[in-house]
Amino acid sequence: MFYAKFKKWIALAELALALVFTPILIAQTKKMIQVKGSDTMVNLVQILAEEYMTKNPKSAPLAVLGGGSGTGITALINGTCDIADHSRDFSAKEFNQAWERGVKPRVFAIAVDGLSIIVNEKNPLNQMTMDQVGAIYRGDVKNWRAVGGPAMPISLYGRQSNSGTYTFLQEHVLKNKNYSTDVKEMNGNAQIVEGVMADAAAIGYVGVGYVIDKATGKPMKGLKVLTISKDEKSPAASPMDKDAVDTGKYPIARALWQSTNGKPSAETAAFLQFELGPEGQKIVEREGFYPIGAKYIEANMKNLK
Amino acid sequence: MTKQRLRNIKESIIRTFFFTNGLLAIIVLLGIFVLLLSSAVPAFREIKIKEFLTSITWDPTSPVKAEYGILSMIVSTLLVTIGAVLIAFPIGLGVAAYLSDVAHWRVREIVKPVVEILAGIPSVVIGFLGILLVGPALAKVFGKTNGLNALNGAILLAVMALPTIISISEDSLNAVPPAYSEASLALGGSRWQTLVRVKIPAALSGIIAAFMLGMGRAIGETMTVLMVTGNARSFPHGLLDSVRTMTSNIAIELGEVPYYTTHYYALFAIGLVLFIMTFGVNLVADVVLNKYQEREQ
Repeated sequence: MFYAKFKKWIALAELALALVFTPILIAQTKKMIQVKGSDTMVNLVQILAEEYMTKNPKSAPLAVLGGGSGTGITALINGTCDIADHSRDFSAKEFNQAWERGVKPRVFAIAVDGLSIIVNEKNPLNQMTMDQVGAIYRGDVKNWRAVGGPAMPISLYGRQSNSGTYTFLQEHVLKNKNYSTDVKEMNGNAQIVEGVMADAAAIGYVGVGYVIDKATGKPMKGLKVLTISKDEKSPAASPMDKDAVDTGKYPIARALWQSTNGKPSAETAAFLQFELGPEGQKIVEREGFYPIGAKYIEANMKNLK
Repeated sequence: MTKQRLRNIKESIIRTFFFTNGLLAIIVLLGIFVLLLSSAVPAFREIKIKEFLTSITWDPTSPVKAEYGILSMIVSTLLVTIGAVLIAFPIGLGVAAYLSDVAHWRVREIVKPVVEILAGIPSVVIGFLGILLVGPALAKVFGKTNGLNALNGAILLAVMALPTIISISEDSLNAVPPAYSEASLALGGSRWQTLVRVKIPAALSGIIAAFMLGMGRAIGETMTVLMVTGNARSFPHGLLDSVRTMTSNIAIELGEVPYYTTHYYALFAIGLVLFIMTFGVNLVADVVLNKYQEREQ
């Protein structure tokens, strides 16, 4: 009796469900390429993916997510992504875990980043040594006065422990010691930039792509990018200086990596070729990062085979 | 089959259906507890419980020595929650008393729906307001360089707990039999005395329930505190310090931690502590309510 009364509505509901689910099922026939990982790289890789899909409409769709280098590497090891973005190397523990699970990572360098130390534009300082940056982030130095600035307690901004940038800085600048527990651990590069812009006593670290205002090509209003020297005697270099980053004069430059499980599939390899080719590298430069040099290009080509 | 037998069968089916649903609620709660417990216990093979609960440093990825102390996070959670309740309770009770006793019915028609809309605002949006409005305002008022601290979190959580506290307190005040207020007024009491000495004590059980529900909401809130409290791992020395609550920590780290490592199990252990805290709050609320109801009878 119930069925007879609502026969019309039930039929309409079934039709609606069919109309909704059919295109979803059709879309599923082309499997998506999942890219997960570094927050430093997420904007760059999203734009690379979009331009790749526009130029190759028949290719498999790409899904680009952030979460931090640690998240990306974990996803690759657990088999939940096709490409992992990471701004730091695999750790020995991660390599072991990967091999235990039968995952053999192949690593490709897709861009070069000059890790930038930023302060608020009201801060009178212009340069620092790597040791000073390390001392500040370890919590050994707590006041700007100790490094030649105004008498204000230093307000530290940083990333969380899943970030490749966090790990990279800890290895290369903090010399593998613990971070100060007073670092405000923000959720990503963009939040650090916002925090530093609003806080006169702030210091933060971000990828160079987040520092530059795309319209003017200069640092964003409200920020100041410090020039960093390796030690007291060396000259200081800026992360926005392409030569300094290429030649190693800027001491905290690093490659940005993508890893696949073993030899990349045809679809994945096609996307990688696009990123590593002239079109992709032009996009890398446009986003404020640096293109890869000859040494990386050679290693990449070997890994693609 | 006789009509009577059919009716009896129908009744017993419906009874079983309701009983199963009630049982389901208990099963879900027990299930969550068992899941947390089973995922947390492996952590304590490597971490001493005393160190877990009393050490103030949480640094599982440290290249020097991995540390798993959650005392700073427990204190941070308590700081933000108690701050939120201290702010929300007087305001909430005040608004509830205003709506039930003093307001003109036209004002009530507008204010009550607005309060309910406040409850529907997503926590991310409130977090946004915290970063853009409350943060800079706090920085200016207290002369600090930024507003990412526990007080910011407490204010936002108070805003989120207010609709619950107001709604339930107002309903409790309205449920007080009019005879009580009429008797008080007839004996010569002023409206204020009637409200404070007759109506509120009569509605106290409902008001305490509102208080506890609001506090429960505040303890478990994740997104808002993640955005505005600064997430510093240090032990908080006051409301103006940057803090990291237990909920924020789980949200930050659970997405990236490699499965089945000590770090992974330790995060579930934090979840277990949070669960026990919330359970404890509700238990205390129940005991207080029961005692009060007994006294009334």
